[in-house]
Amino acid sequence: MPEFSPDRMTEVTQLIARYPDGRQKSALLPILHMAQQDFDGYLSTETMNYVASLLGIEPVEVYEVATFYTMFHLTPVGTYVLEICRTGPCALAGADDTLERLETILGIKEGETTPDGLFTIKTVECLASCASAPVVQVGERYINHVTPDCVPALLDDLQSGRVR
Amino acid sequence: MTSLLLAGVNPLQSDRSLAYYLTLGGYESVKKALTMSPDAVIDEVKQSGLRGRGGAGFPTGTKWGFLDRQSDKPRYLVCNADESEPGTFKDRYLMEHIPHRLIEGMIVSAYALGVHTAFIYIRGELMWIKHQLDQAIAEATQAGWLGDRILGTDYHLRIVVHPGAGAYICGEESALLESLEGKRGNPRQKPPFPAVSGLYGCPTVINNVESLASVPWIVLNGGAAYRQLGTEQSAGTKLVSASGHINRPGVYEIEMGLPVEEFIYSDQYCGGIRAGRSLKAVVPGGSSVPVLPAHLALKTASGDVRRLSYESLADGGFVSGSMLGSGGFIVMDDTTCMVRNTWNFARFYHHESCGQCSPCREGTGWLEQVLHRLEHGHGTPHDVDLLVDITKKIEGNTICTFGDAASWPVASAVRHFRGEFEYHAYHPDRVRDRRHPIGLERMAS
Repeated sequence: MPEFSPDRMTEVTQLIARYPDGRQKSALLPILHMAQQDFDGYLSTETMNYVASLLGIEPVEVYEVATFYTMFHLTPVGTYVLEICRTGPCALAGADDTLERLETILGIKEGETTPDGLFTIKTVECLASCASAPVVQVGERYINHVTPDCVPALLDDLQSGRVR
Repeated sequence: MTSLLLAGVNPLQSDRSLAYYLTLGGYESVKKALTMSPDAVIDEVKQSGLRGRGGAGFPTGTKWGFLDRQSDKPRYLVCNADESEPGTFKDRYLMEHIPHRLIEGMIVSAYALGVHTAFIYIRGELMWIKHQLDQAIAEATQAGWLGDRILGTDYHLRIVVHPGAGAYICGEESALLESLEGKRGNPRQKPPFPAVSGLYGCPTVINNVESLASVPWIVLNGGAAYRQLGTEQSAGTKLVSASGHINRPGVYEIEMGLPVEEFIYSDQYCGGIRAGRSLKAVVPGGSSVPVLPAHLALKTASGDVRRLSYESLADGGFVSGSMLGSGGFIVMDDTTCMVRNTWNFARFYHHESCGQCSPCREGTGWLEQVLHRLEHGHGTPHDVDLLVDITKKIEGNTICTFGDAASWPVASAVRHFRGEFEYHAYHPDRVRDRRHPIGLERMAS
């Protein structure tokens, strides 16, 4: 059973208090972000049930939300989730080629994780960073201008901890 | 360049501190507003002619006027920072580089509307900007611009920053409210409109980041002064996010009415088409608005100069015009395959449809499938008319305007580049032949 640390619980309590009385369900999205961060990078059924109990809502209210929003991973992912934007301007700047290079080097397809559990490739829609296309998001970071030639260096930097 | 929204911004060396913002004359509009009556503040915004900068262009002051002031329920102000329209990144830029301008605008707006709790709904991907906004709010609260008894008056306000989690539809205001309540982002039936029954069933005003950040200047300098800027129907300045095949992609603040040609070719703005190529098409207001071929992007069908304003971009309606939308200005050069680009947009809308209304849920999927087969050399001549037929069956038949937004890019691309779609349909073998076929070579062969 997942459980937030005491420090995180303080954060959760403060977070809920930011919304009007009786509207604690509003804290669901921010708490799911925290849960995904703390519990292995994805939302398992146990994690979602735990979040439901924290907010005093039904588990199904959490499931229906978690499945709607694309930032939530519902299955285990790698340490680094490479989220490559493929929409409009990024596509015009060659995002398809970047994706292909990523898939070739890592030997996996979009949606898959490398056997060592290090990298997951995911395609996402417009990240609001069209002036620095193609863009890849890793965690809370945006990596700009990721042309195919930049891919080996990016993977290297992530692997060696130079980019977090 | 006229600089209201981006005054004091240095993107290379961004100083987000309150101290720096105060040296720019920051928060002066709060001082002024608090000496005015709320109605007088609303009047200034009405007089300014400011129109909603999120995409719809509805007059901001009029929207404020709809707020139910008789209700004894609390009222809310929600800032829509769920910027997700492909090609649009100006709200992100503003929040990233000068967060206090948004906060100042929210304080003045909230005061005018009699609001004591306001929210910023920011897309979850921009988590680092959420942290920066939290930081700026903490600074402003400590300095007495927010919180209890602002500047020693009875007025109190707190601002809560709320992250989304990846859903384009949450930019639609009623879906945003659902999401803020901790639910799926399904748009609501209207009426009732949010001004009467919005967040938690209370009267709510939802404004875009750029709209709210325009308010301090308007209050400080007067609505009449703002109205002097821009054109008759498009007052003030507008942030334009420029991307695609141009030399200088980025966010530019323009005075409304700037010729599109100048915007594309001037070194002050886009700096021309990359690698000396030529212009093929422009999507002037984010992926949802009709695409314009080069000749109609630079001049209207009647030969007038095409300008960056609500009325000029709409000139010609959907036959030969487009919309200013969110100001997401996507430029395509002559190497662009319009079928491929349209398929890309259609895939986006299919992915982002909330699934609530059948015409949109099913129709966006059909559009994607038909465009996929055309682009990959499996289409038939019948497919081109089929696309138009599907768009007509989605458009206007859904709860929210997402269905229209999904239809217009396809309908307009077929209208203006029909030859290219037919080429794909009649020569599937040639289309299949190329791994990454591009427009120019294909049209010439």
